[in-house]
Amino acid sequence: MQTIHIRGGRLIDPRQDVDDELDVIVQDGRVARIGKGLDTPTGALLCDARGKIVAPGLVDLHAHLREPGEEGKETIETGSNAAASGGFTTVCAMPNTTPPNDCRAITMLIRTRAREIGGVRVLPIGAITRGLLGEHLADFGELKEAGVVALSDDGKCVMNARLMRRALEYGRSFDLPIVQHAEDHNLSQGGAMNEGATATRAGIPAQPAEAEEIIVARDLILVEMTGARYHVAHASTARTVALVREAKSRGLPVTCEVTPHHLMLTEEACATYDTHTKMYPPLRTQADVDALVAALADGTIDAIATDHAPHSKNSKQVEFDCAAFGVIGLETALPVALAVLSPRDAIERLTWGPARTFKLHAGTMPEGSIADVVVVDPDFEWTVAAEDIQSKSKNTPFLGRKMRGRAVLTVAGGQILCDRCEVTRSMTPGPRGVV
Amino acid sequence: MKHLLGIEPVDTATLLAILDRADAIHEGARPADVVAGRTIVNLFMEPSTRTRTSFEIAAKRLRADVVNVSESFSSSKKGETLLDTARNVDAMRPAVIVLRHASSGSPAMIAKHVRASVVNAGDGTHEHPTQALLDCGTIRRHKKRVEGLTVTIVGDILHSRVARSNLHALGKLGATVRVAGPRSLLPRGVEAMGALVYDRIEPALEGADVVMVLRLQQERMSGGYVPSLRDYSRFFGVNAKNVRAAKHDAIVMHPGPINRGVELTSDVADGPRSVILDQVAYGVSVRMAVLEKVVASS
Repeated sequence: MQTIHIRGGRLIDPRQDVDDELDVIVQDGRVARIGKGLDTPTGALLCDARGKIVAPGLVDLHAHLREPGEEGKETIETGSNAAASGGFTTVCAMPNTTPPNDCRAITMLIRTRAREIGGVRVLPIGAITRGLLGEHLADFGELKEAGVVALSDDGKCVMNARLMRRALEYGRSFDLPIVQHAEDHNLSQGGAMNEGATATRAGIPAQPAEAEEIIVARDLILVEMTGARYHVAHASTARTVALVREAKSRGLPVTCEVTPHHLMLTEEACATYDTHTKMYPPLRTQADVDALVAALADGTIDAIATDHAPHSKNSKQVEFDCAAFGVIGLETALPVALAVLSPRDAIERLTWGPARTFKLHAGTMPEGSIADVVVVDPDFEWTVAAEDIQSKSKNTPFLGRKMRGRAVLTVAGGQILCDRCEVTRSMTPGPRGVV
Repeated sequence: MKHLLGIEPVDTATLLAILDRADAIHEGARPADVVAGRTIVNLFMEPSTRTRTSFEIAAKRLRADVVNVSESFSSSKKGETLLDTARNVDAMRPAVIVLRHASSGSPAMIAKHVRASVVNAGDGTHEHPTQALLDCGTIRRHKKRVEGLTVTIVGDILHSRVARSNLHALGKLGATVRVAGPRSLLPRGVEAMGALVYDRIEPALEGADVVMVLRLQQERMSGGYVPSLRDYSRFFGVNAKNVRAAKHDAIVMHPGPINRGVELTSDVADGPRSVILDQVAYGVSVRMAVLEKVVASS
């Protein structure tokens, strides 16, 4: 395994309260040394990180890797490549695969495939209900034993309040957070975008913000009743984050994530009928975007999570109301975060924020830790282009958009998975100029 | 104007030019030659008799070759996508594709991928621009103007592309537009389209110059938007009694087909205020003017 000397960068590790110009030496798959003006070890690859940010590898709480079952859209391998390209080294995989991850066999399959590929770390999320059908709880104990880090029926809401109560109660015994896709399906039925003036004008069937907020409000009452860990997936409205803020102020064990697209785009984007603007939850209003950015900055929102949802061209090149819900996000999350937050906050919400939320051993890089490291060039200007996207699917609303900021080196477990600064071709002299 | 995808993107001058041309045609002016011998495909992916027939007659009066592709014969039954259907039709080089489709935005989508002009003949709950043009033209012929009039649109505004296109068109032409119906059929944010919103019919009809009644589709009952046809017609239907609140010379319009006794009683539909058949007649002239315009511009 290569030794890498990352020299002269601004190291931001919010968990360690570090924000300073520091060298990092990666050796034997670990963060071997952190310090000022370190000597380059013999034979090491050299990464000139001056003017760049060095941070723990990014952590995504919410991705759809589609394997098993829908390998035409994405595989664990292509999803891992996309993650590495975007600076992520840890990705939590949602269970709505085919078949869904509601038992040990599927969890083990995902973990084994990820290990064989040797890319980023893939942490499975188990289903709350068997078959994601919303009827019977999945075997939480067995799933925990097999290695899931959270539970979710993402893509569907746990509509039944009694079942949700039981999930929170039973999940508490295994210290697993219940991740809710908050959508009252009765209220949202048939809605392809956010309800309001824009949808009315475009004539697109719409769903109200209240469909999300009502479920969050109900769930927070159940959290108070059960004391269980609860995580709001893809919060998208001003009232959702207000509810979470209030719950947190009362000390409830509640956490919350937001997607990059909800931080940057509004419902106006749907008026062109571009199906890459169709996802759940739908893009909301500018007032919602402003509230989300504020909640992210003040810590009400713990994490930026991509909700990376690959879909084939066929399922997007159709009429708006017929198109699949979802967009990819692993490769564009970082520049969006840097556009709306300070560098330090952006890194926190992409590293320790998410890692803390699911209690993951990730998102921080003290000496001796597994070497998950990203080097970010905050001034890297690039245009999102389909041929450049590592994900198997290209369904992003950011196609053709100019971005600023990009991962230039992604190291996971000491392995270089993405290298835009050509570290691997660097001639590195030893201490006395000898390779 | 290569395409007519909706009223919203059309400027007022163009709107008036189309209406002036439609008036001239309606009074016997000779149709232009630009469309003669060209191929027009009526691609109707949703059931329609009136609009399809109107477009067909309009095209024939312009001496175009018309091909009708209707839902029951189209490849969509065989699983072909709309885009593939449109590209295949376009490969046969028609001058115009007239599209009726259940999905909002579908004409805009195919317009990006075909060489032909695209005319929207109704897309989902978005727009039905030729209906609004014929409505405005009919109003203008009866009232000699549109500007300054009060037009009340009654019924299922939520699902109505006719209401949306008329809100754009009447707004551009300077009319005041009221929309009225139960709150469950009034879309959120419709005020932003310039509408004055009423949830009871009587005040909405008060002093109106034009009463435009929309069809209540049967499937709205199963969707739970209204409890029953009986309750709807009693409280939101236009009848001989409540229509008296409108101006004494108010006209009554309906885009058809009428559910007699539901949204409109027969005595009003067939009464002296009704201009419903004038709308149908004028519709052919408007569609001729539109086809001339898009073919001449491409």
